[in-house]
Formats: sequence, C-alpha cells, structure tokens
Amino acid sequence: MKLPDVFKTVLVRLGIGRDSYRIAPGLYALGSPDTDSPVVVTCNFKLTFDILRRELAGRSYWLLVVETYGINVWCAAGKKSFTSEEVAQRVKESNLDKVVSHRSIILPQLAGPGVSAHRLRKLCGFSGVFGPVHIRDLPRFIDAGMQAGPEMRTVKFPLSQRLAVAFVELYGARKFLLWVLLACLLAAALGPGGFSPVKILSAGLGAFATVLTGFLTGVFLVPALLPRIPFRAFAAKGLLAGAIIGLIPAGLLAGTLPQALAQIMACSAFASWFAMHYTGSTPFTSLSGVDREMRRYMPVQGGLLLIAVLVWLIWSWL
Amino acid sequence: MMQGFRHIEDATLDYDADRCIGCGNCLAVCPHQVFELGQGKAVCRDRGECMECGACALNCPAGALQVRSGVGCAQAILHAWLARIPLLRRVFTPDACCS
Ligand code: SF4
Ligand code: SF4
Repeated sequence: MKLPDVFKTVLVRLGIGRDSYRIAPGLYALGSPDTDSPVVVTCNFKLTFDILRRELAGRSYWLLVVETYGINVWCAAGKKSFTSEEVAQRVKESNLDKVVSHRSIILPQLAGPGVSAHRLRKLCGFSGVFGPVHIRDLPRFIDAGMQAGPEMRTVKFPLSQRLAVAFVELYGARKFLLWVLLACLLAAALGPGGFSPVKILSAGLGAFATVLTGFLTGVFLVPALLPRIPFRAFAAKGLLAGAIIGLIPAGLLAGTLPQALAQIMACSAFASWFAMHYTGSTPFTSLSGVDREMRRYMPVQGGLLLIAVLVWLIWSWL
Repeated sequence: MMQGFRHIEDATLDYDADRCIGCGNCLAVCPHQVFELGQGKAVCRDRGECMECGACALNCPAGALQVRSGVGCAQAILHAWLARIPLLRRVFTPDACCS
C-alpha cells in the first residue's frame, strides 16, 4: 500500500463516512469485457473496489460485487456475510450465465472462510476459483492460467500495516480514555489529593499519565516491535513492555518507591490488556490461542491493577 | 513462513488423510500455507501456523478437515463471554466485532 492508501484505509476503518464507502452490489464492466472475459468477485467495500479498478486498469474484466455491507473481504467472510449463497444470488440476479460463455468466477482467496467453491457450483452452476491474496497479483494470476504460487497465497503482516491498524485502535479507545481520566480524578479526590484541588489535579493527572503510557505501549509499541518482543502471548508481550516503559512515568512522577512500583504495575497491566486486544487486528491469531491467552492473563492484569490502585491510595492515607 | 508471527502450536485443526481425495482446495484457500500436496494427498506441513479461519474445512469436498473456526480477536471473545451473563446480554452480542 502506498501512503495515501494507508490514510484512506485508516479513515474508512475509523468508520468516518461509513455509508459513502459502500457501493451497489451487481455486475460491473471494467474496460470492454466480452463473453470470454474473466469474472472477478469482490466485496462492496468502496476502498477494495477502488483498488481493484486501479490495479486492473487497462484490462477488460467483469467485476461481480456482492453485498458485504461495506465490510472488507476477510471480515465479511469471517462474519458470514460473504458466503456461497450471497455469491450465487448475485450470479443469478445479474444473469451472468447470459453475459459470459464460460462457467468460472474468480473469488478473493481471503473469502475462503465464508465461501465454499464446490458448494457454489451446486448453487449457481459457476465454479469458484480462488485468486491471490492481494489484488495487485490478480493480472499475473489470470495471465498464468489461474495459477498462484505459495507467495501469492500467503498473508503477511508488515510494519506499515501493523501501525495502520494501531491508529484505528487509538481512535476506538477515545471514549474509554475519557472515562479513565474521570476515574483517575475521582480516585485522586478520595486518596492522594486530600482536599486541595491542585493536589487532586496533579495526582489524578499523574495516574492518567501512567494509564496513557500503558495504553500507548500496548497499542503502538507492542505491535510495532511484535516479532522482536519475547513470548508468544500478546498479553505477556504487553506485561513485559509495559513494565519497562512504566519506568518512565515512575521515574518522572513518583515521589516514593511504593508509588513508583504501583505505577510500573499499572502501566504493565494496561499495556498487557491493550496488547491482548491487538490480537483482533492480526492475520495469524486463532480463536483457541486468544481464548487461552485471555483466561490466563486477565486475572494477572486485574490483580496487578488492583494492587497498584491500593498501594497508590493507601500510601497517601498513611 | 511468517517468521516471528506464531501464536500457538496446537490449533484445533484435524485432518483425516484417509478421506482426502487430493483435490488441492485446502492448499489454495489457506492464508498460511498449512498444507502441501504429496503423493496425491494433502500433507499438513505446519499446524502451528493455522489461525483457525475455517476456510480449508469449508472448501474440502471430502470432509477430511475439521477445525473449530472463529476469529482470534480478544474483543469478540470478551463480548461473547459477557453476552452469556443474563443482564448484559442486552448490551453485548456474541459476534460483536469491528464493523
Ligand atoms: S483453518 Fe485456515 S489457517 Fe487453518 S489450516 Fe485451514 S485454511 Fe489454513
Ligand atoms: S481439500 Fe480436502 S480432499 Fe482436497 S486436498 Fe485438501 S484435505 Fe484433501
């Protein structure tokens, strides 16, 4: 992806103007296709459609757009809106059997979790051929007689993509961060702040800075350094990274050693929680793996946070 | 293949070689190249790369593949758990996820 695309993706993923990112399902002509031209199936997420048009410029293909409610191929297949039934219905509605003389359609490989190629043939008479993962490989795939090598079939997860999805997390968490700020100020009023507004503000903001450090560590640092941080579990990566980065607010803000430890623990807990949530943005974590990770690490995260808050409050009462 | 990107080694992927007819569908759909073809049958090359997406099982015409498929997303799993609690059921839906 080039940079403008990354930004567009971010905008779209943030859900800004969601409705203008859907296009009408149906059959579209790219260039001047005839009865022998290949048929490429895709979702109705506008960004995907635009990339298709750009990457396939100068070619003559039919594009069959199915209704996925403006969601990308992979998520739509996972959520079962991009299914064999949906594709079959669009094939019939568009009278594809009269438009082309052959009987095969090219499916995006990542539609695999939702579309069954052999079932499709039974449903509508067209057999599905899985194309490559990336649209940019599509012309090469078609020119090679619908053959894709392993490199065209494998999902990768480069740094640019890891960070693009991290921005989405950041935006998605804005409400959560506001609540945390309020909770920090409230807790500060009960504990370290005493009855002085200035003290409440400084203690509350100090606590919030700790949470924010943990958040940024979990959302940006862990994804950016993903393959370099030890441990398989994302939550464990977050615990480690959070404890190390937690030294910064602890060194800058804490007055006493117990307070510093509390800040490190809180930072570690939040980094772990957010790193764990990053699993949803990766193309390699499985249901079993994330389920296990959550059962194992959520008690650790909760425990650390509880101890941190208690130490912070109790120390101020002493 | 995805160096540095492995999560667990024991995915719920189950492959029954006796049923396999060697059509190669699973090789085509798997985004992590878990299978390769050898001697007219699929061979599970590396189960540790499986992300339980379910594409291979859905596309195997012989029923040789089974996997407990779903999304490896903490938020979705959390929502599914919360949706089991009676009162919270109204707020959370099991398949809530980025939309
Ligand atoms: S479930 Fe998905 S990742 Fe696992 S082997 Fe099948 S296609 Fe590959
Ligand atoms: S899809 Fe099923 S029958 Fe075909 S090669 Fe794979 S396991 Fe064998």
